[in-house]
Amino acid sequence: MIEITHDEIDTGALLRAVESNLAGAAVLFLGTTREMTGDRRTRSLVYEAYEAMAHKKMTQLAEEATRRWSLTGCAIVHRLGELGLREASVAIAVSSPHRQVAFEAGKWLIDTLKEVVPIWKQENWADGTCEWVHPGQPPSATRDPAVHPATLDAPPRRPATEAPPPPMQAEPSSLHADSQANHPSSSGES
Amino acid sequence: MNVQVKLFAVAKQLVGSETAHVDVPDGATVADLRAALVQEYPALSGTLASVVFAVNAEYATDQTCLAATDEIACIPPVSGG
Repeated sequence: MIEITHDEIDTGALLRAVESNLAGAAVLFLGTTREMTGDRRTRSLVYEAYEAMAHKKMTQLAEEATRRWSLTGCAIVHRLGELGLREASVAIAVSSPHRQVAFEAGKWLIDTLKEVVPIWKQENWADGTCEWVHPGQPPSATRDPAVHPATLDAPPRRPATEAPPPPMQAEPSSLHADSQANHPSSSGES
Repeated sequence: MNVQVKLFAVAKQLVGSETAHVDVPDGATVADLRAALVQEYPALSGTLASVVFAVNAEYATDQTCLAATDEIACIPPVSGG
């Protein structure tokens, strides 16, 4: 189940999508709209996407996570449009025979989604101003060709602080635009 | 050749349109496209250094060659989730 929707996310549908007789654990992650970012108050978030590519990248992420962690189920839904406080913008559900793997895969999926899937959020602040959130990392294409599909032989860099993923082959570089840092002013999710 | 570039988020806001149109030489690369966009859309000049481009829904490098039929998109730093 890979979806981009303008409607409220049906979390029950994600959990049903990852049900399996082989699963001993299911983990559901929700990214929700937070009111406070430091001293600033958010009124709402507006999400937009390059939908065809976003769906393709989300599908690649699910396939890669399923392969790397031998998941028994993986579902990703991202919502677009305007979201009020507490509403979920993204939902990820994974299932696996044992819980540790499900937690690890779920974390990798949300972290990587935030780096590579072409979706953007605009903050509508309570003071009436609004701004697009663009993590302040400079671009990749000229600086870091290793993360691009044209140079897939080299595994892309990972943040130095990130633990190595479980048993697996090379990172799927085609997923990456760049390893962008999370933006500190973003109030969506994690 | 004339190419159309999909714009999103701050790039769309700066240009005031969902697409940009620029002329580039046949066989042009993404780097050539960057240069042409700055010429045609000065409003993007401060932003283009931080964007990447996608060609046919895959991330491209500055060396990627373009064809007139390609679907090209300007991808500012993403902020989904």
